[in-house]
Amino acid sequence: MDFKFTQEQERFRKEVRDFLEGEIEKGIFETRANGWVTEENEAFVHHLAERGWLGMTWPQEYGGQGRSYLDRLILTEEMMHYGAPGGGFLVGDRQIGPSIMAHGTEEQRDFFLPRIVRGETSFAIGISEPQAGSDVGALETRAVEEGDSFVISGQKVWTSNASRSDFIYLIARTNFAPEVSRYRSISEFIVDLKTPGITINPLMDMAGHGHWCEVFFDDVQVPGTTLIGKKDMGFYQIMSQLDYERAGVERLMGNYPLLRGIIDYTKETKRDGVPLCKQPRIRYMLSDLMIKFEVGKLLVYRVAWLLNQKEKPTLTRDTCIAKVYGNRFEQELDNAAMNIAGLHGQLDSGSKCAILDGAITRAYLFSPAHSIQGGTSEILMNIIADRGLGLPRK
Amino acid sequence: MDLGLSEEQEMLRTSARDFLQKECPKQLVKQLDESDEGYSPELWRKMAELGWMGLVLPEEYGGSGGSFLDLVVLLEEMGYNILPGPFFSTVVLGGLSILAAGNEEQKKRLLPEVANGSLLLTLALTESDAQFNASSVKTDAIPSNEGWLVSGTKLFVTDAHVAQYIICPAQTSEGISLFLVDADSPGISRTLLKTLAGDKQCEVVLDKVKVPRQNLLGEGGQGWDYIENVFSKMVIAKCGEMIGGAQRVFEMAADYAKERKQFGRPIGSFQAIQHYCANMAIDVEGARLITYQAAWLLSEGLPCTMETSVAKAWVGEAYHRITMLAAQIHGSIGLTVDHDFPLYYKRAKIAELFFGSPDFHREIVAHMAGL
Ligand SMILES: Cc1cc2nc3c(=O)[nH]c(=O)nc-3n(C[C@H](O)[C@H](O)[C@H](O)COP(=O)(O)OP(=O)(O)OC[C@H]3O[C@@H](n4cnc5c(N)ncnc54)[C@H](O)[C@@H]3O)c2cc1C
Repeated sequence: MDFKFTQEQERFRKEVRDFLEGEIEKGIFETRANGWVTEENEAFVHHLAERGWLGMTWPQEYGGQGRSYLDRLILTEEMMHYGAPGGGFLVGDRQIGPSIMAHGTEEQRDFFLPRIVRGETSFAIGISEPQAGSDVGALETRAVEEGDSFVISGQKVWTSNASRSDFIYLIARTNFAPEVSRYRSISEFIVDLKTPGITINPLMDMAGHGHWCEVFFDDVQVPGTTLIGKKDMGFYQIMSQLDYERAGVERLMGNYPLLRGIIDYTKETKRDGVPLCKQPRIRYMLSDLMIKFEVGKLLVYRVAWLLNQKEKPTLTRDTCIAKVYGNRFEQELDNAAMNIAGLHGQLDSGSKCAILDGAITRAYLFSPAHSIQGGTSEILMNIIADRGLGLPRK
Repeated sequence: MDLGLSEEQEMLRTSARDFLQKECPKQLVKQLDESDEGYSPELWRKMAELGWMGLVLPEEYGGSGGSFLDLVVLLEEMGYNILPGPFFSTVVLGGLSILAAGNEEQKKRLLPEVANGSLLLTLALTESDAQFNASSVKTDAIPSNEGWLVSGTKLFVTDAHVAQYIICPAQTSEGISLFLVDADSPGISRTLLKTLAGDKQCEVVLDKVKVPRQNLLGEGGQGWDYIENVFSKMVIAKCGEMIGGAQRVFEMAADYAKERKQFGRPIGSFQAIQHYCANMAIDVEGARLITYQAAWLLSEGLPCTMETSVAKAWVGEAYHRITMLAAQIHGSIGLTVDHDFPLYYKRAKIAELFFGSPDFHREIVAHMAGL
């Protein structure tokens, strides 16, 4: 057993920190809580790519660096520390690349993987539909095979970054035989979002972000080569992709800049001559968050460590534990920051007397989303109970 | 013992609910949240015609002599529907403070105008540290030949941008006094803050603002005693709004749990969701009773410092829990700007923090318990 990072890994962490601080200094990005979901920044992506940090765990034949998942963990951890932007590029690195490697054809790998690595291609994820949220198997978008192409019709919703991404990773129904299970009739596609017949309509969330989109498919004709993996087996393929989506440190540290911000605030702000951080109640709240954070970190580290094993074990139980826990932490942090800052916390960026540039307000507005995006906590807890613990379903 | 409302109070509730539903649809709420004024003068006039501004004021000052509990019932409906605008500031913060502090001349001069809806008021309770304590009042008032010169900075003053008078606690040689400051006086600047909920709060800077002698409210030096006398009412009035909001959020979530289907069945048939709904029901019920208890004590003129703080600490956190569960039950749809849920979610947090956070009130409870 060894809970330490190696010296080499610590050197890498330092390298990442220096890079990120440099980016901030140069004005490439501004630290933002939840920036990895809501912000996208091409210059930053290109700088990551120049360093070989996109697709860094992938084999060299696809432009990757063959580095360990722990290196990738360190990179993302530091990006979260500094509230760096993410968006559709992170999605490519995090889950689309691994999916294409697992299920794609040689041509698809050759086409997409180097582009992801070079930071040239971004992806939206088209899973959710109005009637198919948690119940992915209920999706109604259809992809009907016609000769060597598919004709897609239907609607996706909550598709993050669709309006600014190049491709959509899409799942749609491809088998309509009544006797076939609804889970064995879904396929995966990667579709160019510029294809005629696709309409994208951004939706505003309550935090004022426009990253969400509705994506409409109106008899969109795509070549058969857009199909990823085995026809009708997409539901099972996407479930393993979701392990990658759910497992990362971003589920614990998405709003990490807020933790640093509120701690600094309590040190700098005095009430009756005494810094807020000396008040027993505030000390308790902050130390409680720190304790929870330390536990959460190990849950996330465990997933990265598992991914690093030669024989990759089933990850589902561990990724669900890490995400449910991490989301809870994020929500507790948002609420605690608000409670500690008091009425000042409700002032938005640009307001007179605002603190931390309105970060508390914005984080609070985003807060409920943590335990809904990427699979709701209830669904993940069902999975822990059912597939993780083998509890009876009936 | 009788834990129910009277027939008249039930009627007041029903008519207020119907009126607000018709006259203040969510469309209007959103529009007002985004506007600078934050209220609709036309709706304000109609509310005045219904006698709402005078509900709790004695008949001799143009009111209808209702009880504080009546007012809480009305505020509950305002929280249920959401009513943007200066009702709380004018009636609770302004009207009740004048009733408690003002001399006969001042009450006769001001309260009938509150009752008929022609006067908008607010109270500048907090300063830069946002604390609801006497020691936080740094604003001062210096005697001058015609009266007083008031200087200082007030923060989080609700509806100060539309109020005609701002009641300002300020330090004098006798201690804190309350001054009725004409909001258009030279030397005042009012800046709207950008808030989480889009409700209207201001920073009010006073620079040697002239206040005539007759606008010192009540006795000099008694200012914070007056405030303390009405503070419980402000707190419980806020709780009234909150239990109304909590009730609505709970209903929205429970209704949605019955309608929304996933996996071929209503999500409300999953035990996880059922327990969420049950937890909300427990919180709503507790919040309502603890608020009514304090409102009743206040109406009867009985002591209730402890009960008030118990209520505010509980209701604030209960409402927060309810909003988080409701968000979870709704999934993504509840987080869009077009949905009503965000209006409640945002207001719940502000209300939790205003007039003392749960921790502030826990401290009072500890104190009252002799700890
Ligand atoms: C910020 C954000 C970004 C997102 N980005 C994307 C994206 O890029 N692409 C994409 O496809 N989707 C995206 N989503 C959508 C997200 O995946 C869905 O919202 C989520 O899967 C839940 O679906 P729903 O909103 O329809 O809720 P529903 O599935 O309707 O769920 C409503 C409630 O019922 C509960 N429930 C449902 N089934 C069960 C059950 N069996 N047992 C117990 N409880 C149950 C849920 O947990 C929830 O509490 C995003 C969401 C957010 C908030």
